[in-house]
Amino acid sequence: MKLIVLETALAAFLTSLVAQAQADVTHVAVAANFTEPAKEIAALFKQKTGHEAVLIFGASGAFYTQITHSAPFEVFLSADAERPKMAVDNGFAAPDSVFTYAIGKLVLWSRVVDVTNGEAALKAGNFQKLSIANPVAAPYGTAAVETMKALGVYDALKPKIVQGNSIAQAFQFVDTRNAELGFIALSQLHGVTAGTRWEVPANLFSPIRQDAVLLKTGANSEASKAFLAFLQGPEAKAIIEQFGYALP
Amino acid sequence: MLGMPDDIWVPIKLTIELATISTLALLVVATPLAWWLARSKAWFKEAAAAIVSLPMVLPPTVLGFYLLIALGPDGPGGVIASLWGARTLAFTFTGLVIGSIISSMPFVVQPIRNAFAAVGDRPLEVASTLRASPRRAFWTVALPLASPGLLTGAVLGFAHTVGEFGVILMIGGNIPGRTRVMSTAIFDFVETMRWREANLLAGGMVAFAFVVILAMTLLEKRFTRAGA
Amino acid sequence: MTASHAIRAEFRGTIGKFALDAGFTAPAKGVTALFGPSGCGKTTVLRCIAGLLRINGVCEIDGEVWQDENGAFLPTYKRPLGYAFQEASLFQHLSVRRNLVFGAPRHDSSGTKGGIVFDEVVELLSITRLLDRSPRNLSGGERQRVAIGRALLSQPKLLLMDEPLSALDRATKNEILPFLERLRDHLNLPVVYITHDIAEVERLADQMVLMDKGRVIGAGPLEDLQSDPSLPLAAARDAAVSFDGTVQSSDEAYGLVTLRVRGGVLTAPAPPAPVGERRRIRVIAGDVSLTREAPGPSSILNVLPARIVSMKPVDSNEVVVVVALGADGAGARLLSRLTRKSWETLQLAEGLRVYAQVKAVALAPGRGELA
Repeated sequence: MKLIVLETALAAFLTSLVAQAQADVTHVAVAANFTEPAKEIAALFKQKTGHEAVLIFGASGAFYTQITHSAPFEVFLSADAERPKMAVDNGFAAPDSVFTYAIGKLVLWSRVVDVTNGEAALKAGNFQKLSIANPVAAPYGTAAVETMKALGVYDALKPKIVQGNSIAQAFQFVDTRNAELGFIALSQLHGVTAGTRWEVPANLFSPIRQDAVLLKTGANSEASKAFLAFLQGPEAKAIIEQFGYALP
Repeated sequence: MLGMPDDIWVPIKLTIELATISTLALLVVATPLAWWLARSKAWFKEAAAAIVSLPMVLPPTVLGFYLLIALGPDGPGGVIASLWGARTLAFTFTGLVIGSIISSMPFVVQPIRNAFAAVGDRPLEVASTLRASPRRAFWTVALPLASPGLLTGAVLGFAHTVGEFGVILMIGGNIPGRTRVMSTAIFDFVETMRWREANLLAGGMVAFAFVVILAMTLLEKRFTRAGA
Repeated sequence: MTASHAIRAEFRGTIGKFALDAGFTAPAKGVTALFGPSGCGKTTVLRCIAGLLRINGVCEIDGEVWQDENGAFLPTYKRPLGYAFQEASLFQHLSVRRNLVFGAPRHDSSGTKGGIVFDEVVELLSITRLLDRSPRNLSGGERQRVAIGRALLSQPKLLLMDEPLSALDRATKNEILPFLERLRDHLNLPVVYITHDIAEVERLADQMVLMDKGRVIGAGPLEDLQSDPSLPLAAARDAAVSFDGTVQSSDEAYGLVTLRVRGGVLTAPAPPAPVGERRRIRVIAGDVSLTREAPGPSSILNVLPARIVSMKPVDSNEVVVVVALGADGAGARLLSRLTRKSWETLQLAEGLRVYAQVKAVALAPGRGELA
């Protein structure tokens, strides 16, 4: 009697393992600014394919370092084009799997100052603190600096700049009104009605190409490849645009 | 300075300044608090002690977030900052000192409280029978007898501030010369893969922490032997 | 308020489960012993006098009101008292010298009349060579002497001592007792001295306050309490009386000293002592026997006329008799422990004139015998 119970249990367990193996899991490192759209895409992905994408959010720079030290990610959605390229160059990713999944839109946002005419607001300089993402850590930060230089206000504004170590933190500084205004990703303002904003004209900064890549650890993962494919499909693209990104 | 490039020397200098000022401020704030905790019979005493210990348990990001709000225009920090025309205490050295004080408080209060409790009632009773007012008894009897605990608290507070990263990250803004301390500077170097600088700073921090802790242990041994 | 009393203390209240209802008065000079079994409330009373414990009551010292029934309460540090704790409790972070002067007034009032002088205290307690040491390197006896010195140098008007010798071994106790006797003889201070050791009371105290279970059951001159049959002291197996006598003469050849006491003369074995010196005498009840007529030649040196004051049975077959020295029965009181048979066979009765035979008289060491 006991033996039969044991065998049944074992069979059930093994079956579940196989079932899991067929509905695969993939671990995706996602740049912080792409958090919300990534969540929606992953949910749809699971619905459509049964595969599960486990999302990990953070700074692209930190992710890259972790990837070079055997972090268990299979897919990398970076905030820039540089890191995926480095991953390929240094042998951590499949070369032909790189593609741009979104193009970031830079926006100047404030809950305190009227930045509808952003250029004028920056030139007037009637504020104490301007928040940007650390250029070293996030391309939106680099883009913010490029914009200010292009507008000729960088030197004047440099003393007023405060850096968040990620675009999320840059947002937080502005959201808590510690900084009167800041350069953040348009996607972060999805669903936010407070304050005023100025979408920075694309000619003022190098395009923020956000590239995705399949990492070596995911080379044999069906779910990983499926996810990247899904990311380029029409449903994902609709979501991406909806959240304030441009498409390649 | 010392042949080091600015981007290495300035964070070091800033960190030492921050740690020194925070530690002194901590001693001034923590000592009366520890005294009260050691001797009070108020019913809510242990609840107060638990609140003081919270920063030890909270993740730095949580602590940093609440500090960001408290230091900003929506909190008391904004009120204080407006006294000199600023909007917020975040992104200032003062804000960092406040953040360090709050996050290091439990590490300073605990050893001082224990030291005061170890003094006990008797020396203070004796002092009062020798015409010493409660104030004089505190300064000439309780404090000297508790000095090993104060030393421990000071060293722990200093070391903790030097190593503080999460909170500073949240409220600092990484401003060179103002709020870019060693811990955030190391983070930057790692981000930009300047391993040599990162290792230099990090290695320096480890060596410093080691020396500090060793010195504290030896000093404490000598003090307790002398004061027992 | 009785003008002749320097100390007046009365306390009434409960501390936890302990109920205290004790009051006594004591004179301006001399040692008043607070005596009783453990847990009777002696330390509580002392702490109340010091202000370390606050319960309802009255405390007046030399006309100064330290506490009264209307809510007045002087905090301890404002009371001019000296307190010697049971365990010395020297400040570990200060040298002996700095311990000593901790409570001393800033301006040097020791030079004023009656002030206690540093050098004298140090000399009196023989702690000169300890001055620059740390409390950690002192023996128990040395620590206690420093603690007493420290209390004295705060120029107190009242000295409180809480079992200062209890924590010491017998040898150290005997070493320190003479210092306390010296202090008593030298100082112009009232002292309230707690102990549970009757021997310390007998050597040091002039007055005694007897306590039990939080109440005062007897107060007054030492020999009165010792010879009071209603108090437990007289009924104890080792009951004795202590009182002072004045040296009349010394017999160096036989090693005897004769002292004048109230109502008679007593001779005791002792080294020669200066005439006129006051010495503390102790006579154990068991060493006193009674006769109805003057006895013939006897080996007992001390045979004195006396009068029976009272008798109290103790145990089933023994009695303790209080006799007063002198033909008129107005002198010092002695206790005599007899068998009931003797009392009845000799037909002894209160008021009867008898002869007290004192087999042994103990003398506390005189000044010349101090180390």
